[in-house]
Amino acid sequence: MARAAQKDSKTESGKKLSNVSKDDLLKYYREMVLIRRFEERAGQLYGMGLIGGFCHLYIGQEAVAVGMYAAAEKGDQVITGYRDHGHMLAAGMDPREVMAELTGRIGGSSKGKGGSMHMFDIEAGFFGGHGIVGAQVSLGTGLAFADFYRQNGNVSFTYFGDGAANQGQVYESFNMAQLWKLPVVYVIENNEYAMGTSLARASATVNLSQRGASFGIPGETVDGMDVFAVKDAAERAAEHARSGKGPYILEMKTYRYRGHSMSDPAKYRSKDEVDEVKATRDPIDHIKTMLQQAGVAEDEIKTIDNQVKAIVLEAVDFAQTSPEPDPSELYTDVYLEA
Amino acid sequence: MASMNMIQALNNALDITLASDPDTLIFGEDVGYFGGVFRVTDKLQEKHGLTRCFDAPISEGGIIAAAIGMGAYGLRPVVEIQFADYILPAYDQLVSEAARLRYRSGGEFWAPLTVRSPYGGGIFGGQTHSQSPEAIFAHITGLKTVIPSNPYDAKGLLIAAIECDDPVVFLEPKRIYNGPFDGRPDQAMKTWAGHKDAEVPEGHYTVPLGKAAITRPGSEVTVLAYGTMVHVALSAIEESGLDAELIDLRSIVPLDIDTIVASVKKTGRCVIVHEASRFSGFGAELSALIQERCFYHLKAPIGRVCGWDTPYPHAFEWDYFPGPARIIRALNSAMEN
Ligand SMILES: Cc1ncc(C[n+]2csc(CCOP(=O)(O)OP(=O)(O)O)c2C)c(N)n1
Ligand SMILES: [Mg+2]
Repeated sequence: MARAAQKDSKTESGKKLSNVSKDDLLKYYREMVLIRRFEERAGQLYGMGLIGGFCHLYIGQEAVAVGMYAAAEKGDQVITGYRDHGHMLAAGMDPREVMAELTGRIGGSSKGKGGSMHMFDIEAGFFGGHGIVGAQVSLGTGLAFADFYRQNGNVSFTYFGDGAANQGQVYESFNMAQLWKLPVVYVIENNEYAMGTSLARASATVNLSQRGASFGIPGETVDGMDVFAVKDAAERAAEHARSGKGPYILEMKTYRYRGHSMSDPAKYRSKDEVDEVKATRDPIDHIKTMLQQAGVAEDEIKTIDNQVKAIVLEAVDFAQTSPEPDPSELYTDVYLEA
Repeated sequence: MASMNMIQALNNALDITLASDPDTLIFGEDVGYFGGVFRVTDKLQEKHGLTRCFDAPISEGGIIAAAIGMGAYGLRPVVEIQFADYILPAYDQLVSEAARLRYRSGGEFWAPLTVRSPYGGGIFGGQTHSQSPEAIFAHITGLKTVIPSNPYDAKGLLIAAIECDDPVVFLEPKRIYNGPFDGRPDQAMKTWAGHKDAEVPEGHYTVPLGKAAITRPGSEVTVLAYGTMVHVALSAIEESGLDAELIDLRSIVPLDIDTIVASVKKTGRCVIVHEASRFSGFGAELSALIQERCFYHLKAPIGRVCGWDTPYPHAFEWDYFPGPARIIRALNSAMEN
């Protein structure tokens, strides 16, 4: 391919909206609300000192993980950076294990030894949770190589941020992925900021969907606040990768509502800017409006809200009652044999 | 004189250098507009302009490599790597280029860059935000590695590092940015206010690289430490009731071996304390140097109190962190022989 294709996903998703079933609407609503309520609670536990260290919340970006996951098939892999709670919940991981990892308990997905940024679940096909910005892009490319090698029809969904998109190893990976036609979908979650630095302050070009152009990797910019736009794009990208055509890049335009991590003074953007996004682009409000338009009763939505609340409370309870790991665990999992 | 915490002292050092040397410039992730995640570069862009203090993309390899190039052509870059754990993507550039340029050009080219980076644990940062990688820099001939333990030294050592014509890795113990920490997490956080080493002269001064400080003179046992561990060791010594001599190394390369040897010959006993894991840690080098020079003066095996030989865990912060209880055990064991 000489030039990377660019499509406008909004119109495509607009065309398809009539096909959206009520069940899908309810499913995605539930998944997105689960992430949001989970993250709100995690933020509270952090404030109470029950979670220590670093904790990066996914609030505002829920439609990306949920919409992308809708295109996943059994055996596909997901890998991301440190802002990982949402991806794990979307991949179907037990919220109790995720919360207990945050509190550093033995019931956590990494036995309390990884923490917020470092979680894994082989059954969910979730390959982490990585604290080193950009490293997961190369790892995800390797996962795709394994899919290619086995010819198993699976795809590696490799997520990273707008800031991570400037790491050199991203481009080493792009080249290898296209050279070897690996089944990888690179999902760039462009939430406009890398910590305290806005995209334009650190990037010579801001159209991140075109970052693979020089390698001939097709890319699309997607409204990452619209779960159906995300899902449509995800299906196109996954189909491209699955059918042996190689990598595909999706730039998700999204926004993080909270600070970068829990200790972010947020001096680099105005409250007005954040409020404006919350008021006009909120992904959960968006799907809620669709539910109402589809004639779903307020009660049915309430029921979901209550179910989600119960799940999250159970996770919180588990995360506080699961014991701390025994000090002997300190030396396990360093090598195969302790 | 002004009372400063470590962040203010470092900021002040950078401010003074930017003002006095037009070839000095600062760049790194979030350091410009935002002022740095730990605020060490706060207001420097506002004050000195966009070309003197600026934001870099998240590209550690590129940042350090570009700084080497700038340095080779006469600039004096000071880069911030947000956490020492992220220097690793640039390790090749530091080792193969920065450290070796002078030697392989027969002294014609060198790279006078300073890499500032917060390091160390006690902050629940887990395996990618709490490491103490000093030994992997100390091992590289051609690099200098400096670690301050208080605001006065932080400013004086940073100015000395920037003015030094060799590449310097300047590791800032982030646990003590805002106040000394004696390794007792259950006690109220202290600030630097009122601490004698928080009295910082406002103008230019340097603390020479390669000159250790005797933080507490003593006669019974020598304790070697740097960074946060100076405060933890001091607290342990006080609790132990022993008359220990505490030496703050301040820079591990160059190393003030004379001060160390004089002390160990006097006391005949030595305990080395660092946060980094033990195996092949810097304590191993110290221990070897001491036994080579002080063998016939030693009354007990040299003790090492270090992080465990595991990755830095998320749980177990205070089991991993070498706190006062472990240091006291090592001191007592050194005294038994
Ligand atoms: C190699 C490396 N460099 C720097 C950091 C520090 N850091 C953590 S997150 C972050 C910003 C990343 O921004 P982006 O990729 O946009 O992801 P977002 O936080 O917006 O999800 C930085 C600089 C790191 N963890 N690893
Ligand atoms: Mg971002």
